[in-house]
Amino acid sequence: MILENFFILTLIKVAVVAFVLLTTLAYLQWIERKVIAHVQLRVGPYRVGPHGLLQPLADVVKLITKEGLMPSHVNRLFYLLAPFVAVALALTSIAVIPFGPEITIGPVKTWMQLTDLRIGILFVLAVSSIGVYGVALGGWASNNKYALLGGLRSSAQMISYELPLGLAVAAPLLLANTLSFRDMVNYQTGYWLGFIPRWNLFPEIFGFIVFVIAGFAETNRVPFDLPEAENELVAGFHTEYSSMTFAAFFMAEYANMVTVTAVATLLFLGGWTPPFPAPYSDFIPILVFAIGGFTALYHGLNPARRKDKFTLPAAALVFLGLAAIFGVSIVVPALAVLKTILMALFWFCGKVLLLLFVFIWVRATLPRFRYDQLMRFAWTGLFPIAVINLLVTGLIVALATK
Amino acid sequence: MTALIFIIFAGIAVFCGINLVVQTHPIASALSLIGVMGSLAVLYLQLGGEFIAAAQVIVYAGAIMVLFVFVIMLLNAGAEAATFQVSRFVKYLGAVLLAAFLGLISLIIQATLPKSEGVTFGAFQGTTVDVGRKLFTTYLLPFEVTSVLILIAIVGAIVLARKEI
Repeated sequence: MILENFFILTLIKVAVVAFVLLTTLAYLQWIERKVIAHVQLRVGPYRVGPHGLLQPLADVVKLITKEGLMPSHVNRLFYLLAPFVAVALALTSIAVIPFGPEITIGPVKTWMQLTDLRIGILFVLAVSSIGVYGVALGGWASNNKYALLGGLRSSAQMISYELPLGLAVAAPLLLANTLSFRDMVNYQTGYWLGFIPRWNLFPEIFGFIVFVIAGFAETNRVPFDLPEAENELVAGFHTEYSSMTFAAFFMAEYANMVTVTAVATLLFLGGWTPPFPAPYSDFIPILVFAIGGFTALYHGLNPARRKDKFTLPAAALVFLGLAAIFGVSIVVPALAVLKTILMALFWFCGKVLLLLFVFIWVRATLPRFRYDQLMRFAWTGLFPIAVINLLVTGLIVALATK
Repeated sequence: MTALIFIIFAGIAVFCGINLVVQTHPIASALSLIGVMGSLAVLYLQLGGEFIAAAQVIVYAGAIMVLFVFVIMLLNAGAEAATFQVSRFVKYLGAVLLAAFLGLISLIIQATLPKSEGVTFGAFQGTTVDVGRKLFTTYLLPFEVTSVLILIAIVGAIVLARKEI
């Protein structure tokens, strides 16, 4: 069979992952605008499509058709190289992220992952550390003082926060004794006392908190978005970028967010393993989608706005359909593969979306740090906590394996 | 396949190395150096030293060179102006002498090195576990001495950078 060819199988997987990732990046921005709007008691995008659902499409069309301006006296090569470097490296990390366990469809056996490196976690760290150049070069090549300051701030910030990030990552590595994401999730499979998941979150709660905070800084998100502080630097490193070059920086930021949350999920939240033992956790997706569907149906039958009569029942249909698919995959034994895929995707995507929601929530809630506060926080706050956490973890692991 | 990858990345490394010297702009030189380090990491990967390759990218390309670029950007160094006239002697005889020098070097390497299939690590596999075990058992003293050396360098940099002591 043609699918047994490693090359073709990988090509198909790459196509699927790339399509899903790029769509997710576009809709992440819609989710972000909606969540922030609702936190601030606004409605957010509402005009293009039902509840602004086609807004990302409109944005993409707008960005493509806009004129790409080139500021005067810039180094053309570096100016155009910077957004390319940023987005290419941001999208590379996804290659080593596993979404689920090994599956067997007929004669084909494959992992729900593009490639498994023995040094997968180091690979992600390496790619993210190279990613600084996109921002730094973009700021420098723009021939603009605001952009240069943004680029400088960003490189200083990313170097500083890489230390606590790396130390926070090292602690779960000590526990699991591996650098591969696959083995990391395998280590976290199972339950203590039959019901507490063996996730690294519980022994490494400080590491998790440090990792998430440093992740905010690494992705240049609020409250650490000093590189693009609007009131000080116009738009920071991408002030002079327009059209698709701007879109590339924008995409890189969201892709980095997805990577950080996916790595946090794999290292601390057990990847695709469910939070409850198997027979109980199987019903949760059905329950979630059914509740969502019936709520939408109820509001569709009692519409608050005229449009809701059509949009909410359609949403309800989608949710109930998903619930039905999950239900069928559990009940019919022949569809065991489908069940494995769906369950893994549900829990993995659920955890990633939860963390992404936290990122957006924080952006809607917290003000920005001052620059000296940002540096002091990294070096005198996060760094010592990460070091002590690593030392204690190392001591416990050494005593346990003695 | 292996030979092809080696030739490609060795070529990139040599090209970036020459470019580093030829370029007049400091940022362009720094980026060429990153290119050299990146292609060296690929060569390490080919030899099986995956941890060394990752460390090369994380430490050299990702941290040290970012500081280089940072300082160049901070000082806003412009393109270097040519301050000397190239003599006629260098212009005409330089290429010939360079070719003769390289030929001599390659001749010496051909003559002295034993003919073998390629570089191998032998029993040492170069995985993360191997590197870590060697570093913390056999080579513990050099490792500790190096870290103390780096610590001294950091303290020295802070002392130099402080306005009043």
